[in-house]
Amino acid sequence: MKPLISAKGISFSYPNGVISLTDITLDLYPGESVAIMGENGAGKTTLVKHFIGLLRPGKGVIEIEGVNARTMTAAEIARKVGYVFQNPLYQLFSESVEKEVRLGLTPLNLPRDEVERRASKILEDLDLSRYRERHPLMLSEGERKRVALASVLIIEPKALILDEPTLGQDAVEKRKLAELLGKLHREGHTVILVTHDVEFAFEVCDRILIMSKGRIIADGPRREIVTLRRVLDEASLTQPQIPRLAALLKRAEFPGDTIAVDDAEQILISLFAEARSR
Amino acid sequence: MAAISVRGLTYIYPSSSEPNLKDVSLEVEKGEFLLVCGPTGGGKSTLCRCILGLIPHFYGGDMLGEVRVLDMDTREYPPSKLAPRVGMIFQNPEDQLVAMSIEEEVAFGPENLGLPREEIRRRVDEAIRFVGIEELRDRSPYELSSGQQQKVAIASILSMHPEILILDEPTSQIDPKSAIDIISLVHRLNRENSMTVVMTEHRLENAAQYADRIVIISDGRVVHNGRPSEVLQLESLTEHGVPVPKIVQLSNRLRGMGVRLDHLPLTVEDAADILGRMLK
Repeated sequence: MKPLISAKGISFSYPNGVISLTDITLDLYPGESVAIMGENGAGKTTLVKHFIGLLRPGKGVIEIEGVNARTMTAAEIARKVGYVFQNPLYQLFSESVEKEVRLGLTPLNLPRDEVERRASKILEDLDLSRYRERHPLMLSEGERKRVALASVLIIEPKALILDEPTLGQDAVEKRKLAELLGKLHREGHTVILVTHDVEFAFEVCDRILIMSKGRIIADGPRREIVTLRRVLDEASLTQPQIPRLAALLKRAEFPGDTIAVDDAEQILISLFAEARSR
Repeated sequence: MAAISVRGLTYIYPSSSEPNLKDVSLEVEKGEFLLVCGPTGGGKSTLCRCILGLIPHFYGGDMLGEVRVLDMDTREYPPSKLAPRVGMIFQNPEDQLVAMSIEEEVAFGPENLGLPREEIRRRVDEAIRFVGIEELRDRSPYELSSGQQQKVAIASILSMHPEILILDEPTSQIDPKSAIDIISLVHRLNRENSMTVVMTEHRLENAAQYADRIVIISDGRVVHNGRPSEVLQLESLTEHGVPVPKIVQLSNRLRGMGVRLDHLPLTVEDAADILGRMLK
């Protein structure tokens, strides 16, 4: 399969000379769900800003579906890769939720009824229909995040990047977000999260990429990465609670790559049943 | 004596049509560590603002009931009178950093209290040592990571020697390792300096083990108030947006299936200890 986004040996320094990325090479494939994790300042956001052409690498090449991103316009990239900022205020401009959500479609010159169809569907999907007329600044932080997400999703990009989407979200909002991301993933979207919320990332994403000090220090399926305690440590992350429990209990029946509470429950119940029958 | 006493507090913001806090009553004892949880928009931050006297003095609006902090009625004492005794740490440390070097930042509070030079110097040294940022002393706060910035913010409050520390989601912008550092720091302040702590948090993995009590505020009301191990076993918590740590979820489920755990573990280490013993 052809990668959707490729980074080939990219390095980047900010104008003040701070080196932010060093020799990053990676391929992100259509339909993947990936979490990019690491300490504050590891280079996560700097990396994904390259995927949408907001930053250009000092060295190396970014390709979107095999095309050098340098030769593409911002609008061309936006149709393929959508980006939701960590702070929704950076991307909300309009005086109503509905106008905000439609804004991204302006350059596409779509027929009116198509704009209407997409807007209604997105507002419905993100539980925002009742706020159509509301000013985005009158909404809660969590609701604003959903408006920002809607205004990107309406363009129907193939890949969606969300920067720290769980920040400031309570448990109910997080669960809804996880469901929504699952749905987008099943519909074939590539979902890329930038986050240091370990529990959320390992629950929602199949592939985990760990960055530290501008480099990728681990990249693999979540069940593999979740056992790498030292690597997680190096990136100022903690191991999720269930695999940490497995590591401490040291039972062959309870492997260190168990992540879900459901799985841990079943394993422990059968261990207790076994212990009782002995 | 209670450090904070809230009685029948109802508050409505000037632009709002519905109260943000509804008949809230709550006492916090001196030296207690209180964790405040609940959904976003439920009233947690509003409660913090009331304790600091920012409500009603800064925000306006309509306030019913009474808030007494260290025996001062917040209606009669403006935030400037409360501030030296009640310190506040915000979500985003950048919101409260003003100076060009860490040392100046930490000295800012005591300077404003008009303390003698020697005393300021002593307090700055002490606060910087307590939070463990000696090596950053001469740096600019803006060159630091958010975890380090949050430590600076805490040091700059500590140098005023407050009796109460209010923290509004102090770790939400910070990576997990630094978040553990910040929570342990707050725990030490509470234990070693007997500081009264009121902290709002969405992440309970680290904080629950240190709290004496958890209060759940949802839709402006106190819906639960009790010891962490009691409150965290309640089934209705997820409805109220409380992120029950995975280890607690697992323990609750095991209990539901008839496994007799002698207490509800709040940390992975404690859970491993209990389960390990039972499986031996």
